[in-house]
Amino acid sequence: MTGFGLLLRKEIREQVRTMRLPVVVAVFAMLGLISPVFARYIREIVEAVGGGQFQGMIPAPVVGDALAQFTKNIGQFGVLIAILVTMGSVAAEKERGTAAFLLTKPITRGAFVGAKALAIGALLAIATAVAGALCWVYTALLFEPLPLAGFSAAVALTWLSLAVVAALTFLASVATRSSLVAGGVAFGAFVAAGILAALPGVGAYMPTSLWGAAGLLAQGTVPDLLVGPIVANVAFVIAAIGLAWWTFRGQEI
Amino acid sequence: MSSTLVAATAPAIEAHGLTKRFGDVLALDRLDLAVPAGSVFGFLGPNGAGKTTTLRILAGLGHASAGSAVVAGVAVGGGGTELAGRIGYLDQDPRFYGWMTGRELLTFVGRAYGLAGSALSSRVDEVLETVGLADAARRRIGGYSGGMRQRLGVGQALLPRPAVLFLDEPVSALDPEGRRDVLALVGSLGGRATVFMSTHILNDVERVCDRVAILDHGRLVTDGPIDELLARHARPILELDPEPGQADAVARLAGALRVAAWTREVREEHGMLRVVVTDAEQAAAEGLLLVVAAGVRLARYERVRPTLEDVFLQLVGAEAPDPEAVA
Repeated sequence: MTGFGLLLRKEIREQVRTMRLPVVVAVFAMLGLISPVFARYIREIVEAVGGGQFQGMIPAPVVGDALAQFTKNIGQFGVLIAILVTMGSVAAEKERGTAAFLLTKPITRGAFVGAKALAIGALLAIATAVAGALCWVYTALLFEPLPLAGFSAAVALTWLSLAVVAALTFLASVATRSSLVAGGVAFGAFVAAGILAALPGVGAYMPTSLWGAAGLLAQGTVPDLLVGPIVANVAFVIAAIGLAWWTFRGQEI
Repeated sequence: MSSTLVAATAPAIEAHGLTKRFGDVLALDRLDLAVPAGSVFGFLGPNGAGKTTTLRILAGLGHASAGSAVVAGVAVGGGGTELAGRIGYLDQDPRFYGWMTGRELLTFVGRAYGLAGSALSSRVDEVLETVGLADAARRRIGGYSGGMRQRLGVGQALLPRPAVLFLDEPVSALDPEGRRDVLALVGSLGGRATVFMSTHILNDVERVCDRVAILDHGRLVTDGPIDELLARHARPILELDPEPGQADAVARLAGALRVAAWTREVREEHGMLRVVVTDAEQAAAEGLLLVVAAGVRLARYERVRPTLEDVFLQLVGAEAPDPEAVA
């Protein structure tokens, strides 16, 4: 892994200088912030817009709605952002020719892949943590404080689900020379995982199923099936990055 | 023989039967090459001859379908960082991170080679000065022109003082002044490093290289010191420079020269006739008679030294790369 530290510093500086880190964190912060606000005021908004037409039709919001809104927002926009920030990570470097510049230096391909994977994981972790923190604060202000340990575990599960999407996208980015193809493959695979999530048995191990477990954990309830899905998804992330490294190791640049 | 002596006399680059296939296309066909250490080696060939493919394999970016190569004592394709630690590489169209400044990029490269502290910063300063980018060092690379990027590319390849320097079309995007400076720099490296330079510009090769190899359709056509190649392959050349305004007479003369038994080829270049001669004695006896018979008034009639372009044309038999312009 010669050059790993050097490349990791380069990746982090790149995220800051190209505004990727601030923009992703800002979008996630907005998702975290608006989730409880939206859940709390959706009834008033609909009733006001409907001019009394929907009076009493929407039940009074509860804390679970804020959590459901949070996981829904992360499940839609968060996943899209995870794909967008990852799809060009290797493919674009190959397309532009910067990979050739780097790989003729005393830097191993393992370091190249590892630094990128870690930097993307860290970016999503920071963004998810910020979103989670804002969601917790606003949920406490508008509803009631959620148990901190359970909510933190829920945020960690949310990050894990995004890490699975990012790892899949990363593998596609290594395997192809086009960012768009990598993004398309990853999006298709994510949709397929969503369909598989509806199947009994295997469904509980899909990344989208982690959101349901996160919702329960956030409210202080430990789901019946937790360790197995976590292990399966962590194993998937490791396998995808390992496969990406193996693919990249023998690839023509 | 001691091992030190073996190392000193061993070629810096050696390829044996290097072959590369892209599907059905044979890009490189059993290339054998030995580049002496310390030489400035010109790698010539028409478009699609396999020059870039060779460079990428030797630099560890591509894989050979068959054959083997050793660069600076390291077997190519073995993985690891040993090969990269001994080479500098400049791509045909060098691309770097647009968000970095020129100084940051060179510092990054220096760190990759293990430089640090004052040794790193003084080496970066030195390279920036050498490639003429000292004034632009704090500007983002994204705002650099193609020529500046190419200078930076030469700089990053030179920075670690590599044993072998691979340059793929190193002056293609440079203005005449930049070209002169970079070629002078490349020429000055001879003896200290081995330079393996692919280019389309034959004049540049003649200016700075001491040895060349000519590649065509993935096959090595010839290689050796330039003087030796000229002596081995080049035929005498006659240059006839007619006074202007005699187009018909010049056309008549060209026709007569083409059918003469002692000519191999007659080329019209910028109003001038360049005649490749197969029999110098017959040419001396009959050449001027044909000029007189065609009624052409000449400003100059000269037997000139054949150039690398003449050798290239003779061996490759295709259209020569432009001797001056960028391909």
